[in-house]
Amino acid sequence: MKLLFTLTSAFVALLSSKSVLAEYTLNMTKGVTDISNDIWNLHMMVFWVCVAIGVVVFGAMFYSIIAHRKSKGAKAAHFHESTTVEFLWTGIPILILIAMAIPASKTLIDIEVLDKADMTIKVTGVRWKWQYDYPEEGISFASNLAQSSMDVIKGTPEDREAVHKEGGYLREVDKRLVVPVDTTIRFLITSNDVIHNWWVPAFGLKQDANPGFINDAWAKPNIIGTYRGQCAELCGKGHGFMPIVVDVVSKADYAEWVKSMQAEKVAELASATQVWTEADLVAKGETVYNANCSGCHQKDGTGIPGVFPAMIGSEVANGPAAYQLNLVINGMGGMPSFKMLSDSDIAAVITYERRSFGNNGSVVQPSDVTSAR
Amino acid sequence: MSSTTTAAYDDHGHGPEKGLLRWVKTTNHKDIGTLYMWFAFAMLLIGGSLAMGIRAELLQPGLQLFEPQFYNQLTTMHGLIMVFGAIMPAFVGLANWLIPLMVGAPDMALPRMNNWSFWILPFAGAILLSTFFMEGGAPAFGWTFYAPLSTTFAPDSTDFFIFAIHLLGFSSIMGAINIIATVLNMKAPEMRLMDMPLFVWTWLITSFLLIGAMPVLAGAVTMMLTDRNFGTAFFDAAGGGDPVMFQHIFWFFGHPEVYIMILPAFGIISHIIPTFARKPLFGYSSMVYATASIAFLSYIVWAHHMFLTGMPVAGELYFMYATMLIAVPTGVKVFNWVATMWKGSLSFETPMLWALAFVFLFTIGGFSGLMLGIAPADIQYHDTYFVVAHFHYVLVTGALWGIIAAVFYWLPKWTGKMYNEPLAKFHFWWALISVNVTFFPQHFLGLAGMPRRIPDYSLQFADFNFISSIGAFSFGLSFLLLTYIVVDCIRNGKPADARPWESAKGLEWTLASPIAYHTFDVPPTRAEILAESQHS
Repeated sequence: MKLLFTLTSAFVALLSSKSVLAEYTLNMTKGVTDISNDIWNLHMMVFWVCVAIGVVVFGAMFYSIIAHRKSKGAKAAHFHESTTVEFLWTGIPILILIAMAIPASKTLIDIEVLDKADMTIKVTGVRWKWQYDYPEEGISFASNLAQSSMDVIKGTPEDREAVHKEGGYLREVDKRLVVPVDTTIRFLITSNDVIHNWWVPAFGLKQDANPGFINDAWAKPNIIGTYRGQCAELCGKGHGFMPIVVDVVSKADYAEWVKSMQAEKVAELASATQVWTEADLVAKGETVYNANCSGCHQKDGTGIPGVFPAMIGSEVANGPAAYQLNLVINGMGGMPSFKMLSDSDIAAVITYERRSFGNNGSVVQPSDVTSAR
Repeated sequence: MSSTTTAAYDDHGHGPEKGLLRWVKTTNHKDIGTLYMWFAFAMLLIGGSLAMGIRAELLQPGLQLFEPQFYNQLTTMHGLIMVFGAIMPAFVGLANWLIPLMVGAPDMALPRMNNWSFWILPFAGAILLSTFFMEGGAPAFGWTFYAPLSTTFAPDSTDFFIFAIHLLGFSSIMGAINIIATVLNMKAPEMRLMDMPLFVWTWLITSFLLIGAMPVLAGAVTMMLTDRNFGTAFFDAAGGGDPVMFQHIFWFFGHPEVYIMILPAFGIISHIIPTFARKPLFGYSSMVYATASIAFLSYIVWAHHMFLTGMPVAGELYFMYATMLIAVPTGVKVFNWVATMWKGSLSFETPMLWALAFVFLFTIGGFSGLMLGIAPADIQYHDTYFVVAHFHYVLVTGALWGIIAAVFYWLPKWTGKMYNEPLAKFHFWWALISVNVTFFPQHFLGLAGMPRRIPDYSLQFADFNFISSIGAFSFGLSFLLLTYIVVDCIRNGKPADARPWESAKGLEWTLASPIAYHTFDVPPTRAEILAESQHS
């Protein structure tokens, strides 16, 4: 008994000494779209139906356990059949199920059927980040796990708490998805490699991203704010490190954001026509490599034997540039295509791979990428 | 009495062979049942150790022990070993031990095939486990091995995994054929189908599920094999295939599979509750029909695992309705168990404790299953810890609880000795509390938005993960005590009566304890069968 007490108090002490961020969320949250509210209502309805059935069934069971025990002198009855009772407890559950199926069907049809969207965003899962394209606005960018989280995965608990306070450990990205409030957004969801799943709980939106196929889903967020989610289909070793952050902003702020993104793209295109120095390419290439390539080939270029090839001493990185350009732009086997990166990014990362890790390949310029596409 | 005839038969010296070869060459259903049970138990301990690794990594946020790739290997192999190595072989072991005794047959119908279907298993298990030591590591794509993660993007060891799955499938199909042949051809001539005890019924129906489902799994892994090695593109959109088709094929196997792992447990519970309620089983025939209905429905609900793959809305509506229907026959079973207890004269020996905990906790797993079946709500539950909590409630406190209940219930018959009752009760309460500390908080984690199969998580999930891990370590330790209780019973147990539970009924209890090596060489008569019926 004393041991039990010591253990319990140690356990309680451990729990209470933990982070001030301690959260004991018990239930689903309502979210910020009408659909997510409908889902929440359905969830609560089914939950309470289960509670009610549980009270009746477990009530009978525990009453029997307490009242009909041999040690209290209970004598066993001998009844063992009743067609009436069997019909009742087959029929009543069917009625309850029908009552649940009606609102569930209505919500399901609301979720799946969309007549007209105000705008479209294409979401592409790429191991292990999200690529966002706004086809009408001409905006494209990739969204990676924020470096601040990456740095503390193997850090101390205090490091992680500090990062968590500034947005969320493993729930922050380098570039957020930005969408306007009160707007019906159609999401076209697909993948470049394996199956991913794009999930924003606050939108009540979770949809598989299947390679080679496009799924659609929609959301109409009603409240301005920042909403977080993450990949919800096992996609390999980076599956736990593929967060989603959506900023829902006012329509005016959204228009501003679109303008700034378009200006950035013009500047990016201009830089691709220039000839870069090797030092500039390698410096930019390192950033691109760490964001896009290090997940598989590792930051130090060692790869994972038998799964992901090493950069160090790589035949590709020391061989002809044309082969490597084709590999990075179009992908091959387990290596995905990186054609969504800009010409200068691709030139930089290839140059970095060819001139670092002890490799001795040639320098690649953005213009080489343009002509290789 | 058949038992006296059996004793006379033994006098002729037809006992087991001496030495290790006895176990290699045996065609005796009792020996093979024992082999299956020990194999399953060894796999349970290995799979459980992997789970300890998973929970140790999840004890705190951050990566402390394993790299993410290895973590994925742990979750994948934990699932595969528990499903194919522990739960399924344990039920086949129980079937081997019990079905011939329950139907008054001298042995299984196909004893040599029986030997073979067991001896495939250790090799299949060894091949599966050996992948941990291969370059690139073990399979890391989850026990559901969705393409293309398991084809284009998988480690080389995947081909060994495919071979192991094929072997396990052969073993299961042969086991199922044997059980069907035994039940239909070997049962005592005077036993009618509706005389059969429920464990026999549930296993007969399960066998048909196995024969229907396992070849589909074999087809899925064969397509994987050719996609990986021979340039086909069944699951590769670039070659005209479809990764979602893999999921359809997998779950067409996978959903019957989950009933394969629970129906025999339903049978076990239907034996134990009447014994300790001292009252006949309520609604025997409706139990049989409910089992058959569940088996039928299990083939037409598979895509409820795939609500988010982009199915048309008509498909989603159909699969939602069909899935909700399963609640009806499952409910009938629970209601019948409660009605069996009602106005009985209950006592609470260890098997009864496990059976009652089964009814309570399996029903909780059934409730979360109903919630998951509501397609719109599944959007929020899918692939979160809510699902993890759900299937551990039905598989651990369902299937495994049924197996442990069966072991305590029939151990005195198998060994002729009684286990240590106070220690077994202590073990029960330990396991019961720790399993709930482990899995109940996972419901909250899922609802708060924690996806499954992640090695590290955001800090808002830290507290419940910590509690869950502490529960898991405690639950894991309880199996060492279980090992001790069983070994202690075999070595030092006090001799048990032929009928150790005062109102147990069933042909197996008419046999002497310790049980003879060969039994029922003379089939029981109709009068004996009716006298031992649990439902009249």
